[in-house]
Amino acid sequence: MLKVLDAPAADRSLITPGAGSKVADVLVIGGGNAGLCAAISAAEAGASVTLLERAPVPYRGGNSRHTRNFRCSHEDSLGVLSGQYGVDEFYDDLLRVTKGNTDESLAKMVIRNAPESYEWMARQGVIFQPSLSGTLSLSRTNAFFLGGGKALVNAYYQRCEDLGIKIHYDATVIDLHIENKEFDGALVEMNGKQRYLRASSVVIAAGGFEANKEWLADAWGEAAKNFLIRGTPYNRGEVLRQMLSLGADSIGDPTQCHAVAIDGRAPEYDGGIVTRLDCVPFSVVLNKHGQRFYDEGEDVWPKRYAIWGRLVAAQPDQVAYSLVDEKSRELFMPSVFPAISCNSLEELTEKLGLPLEQSVETIKSFNKSCGTGEFHATELDGLCTRGLDVEKTNWARPLDTPPFYGYELRPGVTFTYLGINVDSTARVTFNNKQAENIWAAGEIMAGNILGEGYLAGFGMTIGTVFGRIAGQQAGQYVTNG
Amino acid sequence: MSQMDSTVGISRQIVDHEEAQRQLGICTSCRYCEGYCAAFKSVTRHRAFDVATVSHIANLCHNCRGCYYACQYTEPHEFSLNIPALLANVRAQNWEENIYPKVVTRQMQRHVWPYVLLTVLFIVLFSTAVGAPWASALPFYSVISHNMMVLIFLPLFVLPVVALILGLRRYWRSIGGDPLKLVHVKHAIASAATMKQLDGGQGQGCNYEKGERYTSVRRWAHQATMYGFLLCFLSTSVATLYHYLLNSPAPYSFFSLPKLFGVSGGLLLTCGCAVLIYLKRLAHADLGSQKRQRAEFTFTTLLLLVGLTGLLLYWCSGTPVAGGLLIVHLSVVATFFIAIPYSKMSHGFFRLAALCRESQLAAR
Repeated sequence: MLKVLDAPAADRSLITPGAGSKVADVLVIGGGNAGLCAAISAAEAGASVTLLERAPVPYRGGNSRHTRNFRCSHEDSLGVLSGQYGVDEFYDDLLRVTKGNTDESLAKMVIRNAPESYEWMARQGVIFQPSLSGTLSLSRTNAFFLGGGKALVNAYYQRCEDLGIKIHYDATVIDLHIENKEFDGALVEMNGKQRYLRASSVVIAAGGFEANKEWLADAWGEAAKNFLIRGTPYNRGEVLRQMLSLGADSIGDPTQCHAVAIDGRAPEYDGGIVTRLDCVPFSVVLNKHGQRFYDEGEDVWPKRYAIWGRLVAAQPDQVAYSLVDEKSRELFMPSVFPAISCNSLEELTEKLGLPLEQSVETIKSFNKSCGTGEFHATELDGLCTRGLDVEKTNWARPLDTPPFYGYELRPGVTFTYLGINVDSTARVTFNNKQAENIWAAGEIMAGNILGEGYLAGFGMTIGTVFGRIAGQQAGQYVTNG
Repeated sequence: MSQMDSTVGISRQIVDHEEAQRQLGICTSCRYCEGYCAAFKSVTRHRAFDVATVSHIANLCHNCRGCYYACQYTEPHEFSLNIPALLANVRAQNWEENIYPKVVTRQMQRHVWPYVLLTVLFIVLFSTAVGAPWASALPFYSVISHNMMVLIFLPLFVLPVVALILGLRRYWRSIGGDPLKLVHVKHAIASAATMKQLDGGQGQGCNYEKGERYTSVRRWAHQATMYGFLLCFLSTSVATLYHYLLNSPAPYSFFSLPKLFGVSGGLLLTCGCAVLIYLKRLAHADLGSQKRQRAEFTFTTLLLLVGLTGLLLYWCSGTPVAGGLLIVHLSVVATFFIAIPYSKMSHGFFRLAALCRESQLAAR
């Protein structure tokens, strides 16, 4: 099991502002998608660049390793994207998921810039492919990376190497020196030694704090201990915390994280895509007391995917159980862990560790309440229960055809919303005033645009567009003197 | 080691069926690699992986390694995926199980000595049989008569080919193949002829000699080897026809079909094999079948020698070394004939079978 250690205590005697040579024109903190786009763009602007990546090589790339596509507006067909996906339609989609909790001008800037970024990505060596099987609904809106996010990350690292960008792996930023909104240098632990690295400008692309359970516990209390972290264990929010304590303006709800319901047997960190479970709409979901607690059939799964993380997090011990029968087995993508399967419901509840009497009682009354009608797996079929405290409003079919299958569900945290404020040039603000030489990109500033909810592939769009802007700006700041 | 090298961890070489099921189960839940090749398109059609399915997927894999370098679950991740090595091992196991006598297959898949022994044996045999001095500048058939060559080489060629055909039939049954139709064979040959699968899905090539960087060198080298071999085979076949039908024995002039095919084929084969050996030395051994590595190198070297000695023979005809060269050339060719079903050479035939099967399955 992967264990990421806390950053060591800073040896502040090493911080020597204004003294000593600079390691590069531009220092990029964070080696995920946004940091890589920034580093490449700064180098293309003529600056010398050093990039710091907290993870070792196999885990480099932050959560971009786990991504698979890029949401992109386009007026005509563009590369692998078919048809048309206009700026307004894209923005409407964003308004719907964020319930208006966004910054219109920044959001539209990202959306407008996306097609140009698509072509830029291809020039850097990112290879796109048409959407994967089971994701046809995204073929118009999202361009998929051949091989997924790690292949994209690899392409960018190769481009960085070709551009002569200096990359430090296993490099943890433990302190920043910022005075009067001006960055001087960063205290970095590398190879067991602390070094003070000075640069003329800095791009902060260090991600959120979703892998920091102590921090998550500030908002969620004891429950956070039972959360699973879907992505990289290296996003511990250290740089975010330093920036906020140095007075950078914050944005986004500090108590919120994006979480989905995933297979409870997933590893604590980094389980990624294969731990997702799509069975909820076709199932009956019980909490550990054997009771239902929410309408499993509220909407098609992609639209309800995101709320189930919080629903499960609110249940006792942050756990729930999704039960289906043979009728539904082929209707959803398999999780990597085989379902617990049994020939009777009694046996299944026992194997899942659920209270027998209550669970069977809940399922029996669910079965009795199922109405009649035609079942349609791919659309809202209106097949609902009648007379229950918690109704199921679609796909309600009795659990009556053995074998029965059960999955344990737990909340899987994807990202956090708290970040630092930026303007349209990606420049960080302190007390609403522009910093002198500090830019930010990626998850650490995504809260400016994504105040709530999530839109598939949009994190990569924000990271790419802002990464490119931040890199250009930080590079030009140096090269234009 | 450069940065890219360290992305490769210590990798699993276990090939029991449970391990194959575990790894492919992760793949079908993920599907990020679907765009790379036919093997992954096949993976996504399945939720469970029985022995036949795993065999079929394994023989579709070209060991391009794109899926390894793109995978977020390789070591040190606890899921510890190494699909290229897994499938390479399963493939080789298929050959070892299906081609009889199994003991010969097993030895020639895993060891160097059978190749060396056979070559030496043939050199001794031919030298003794013809009794010709090594340093001889005599014309071609004064060293070994054509009839004698046919007498020796016909069974050396036919018997291994029979073993191969029976092995393929056994394999086809083991994966539950349907009766073959011409259209399936056509698809398979079209795919093999263009080496479609080695383009990496979007034309970017393999992750082979440069680790995580894509290149197309392996595709071109493999193509040169395959077409070089086919041209050499064609040259020999045409020459045989000339000899018996046209009553026109060797040697032929440069602008004759046997020479044109032979020289171009020999050059392609020699260069292709040399590049393949060079690339294989640079590539990571733990993404292939490690215990068969040395035999694979040996087989490719043998194939290179078939081409090289053939070319040398052409250039040196009429010189004092021609007699000796002919004996060496005939010995490596004889060894190669025997090795066809038992060595890495069989991969091409199993791949064709898998492509035929894939054409059947994809049409469903």
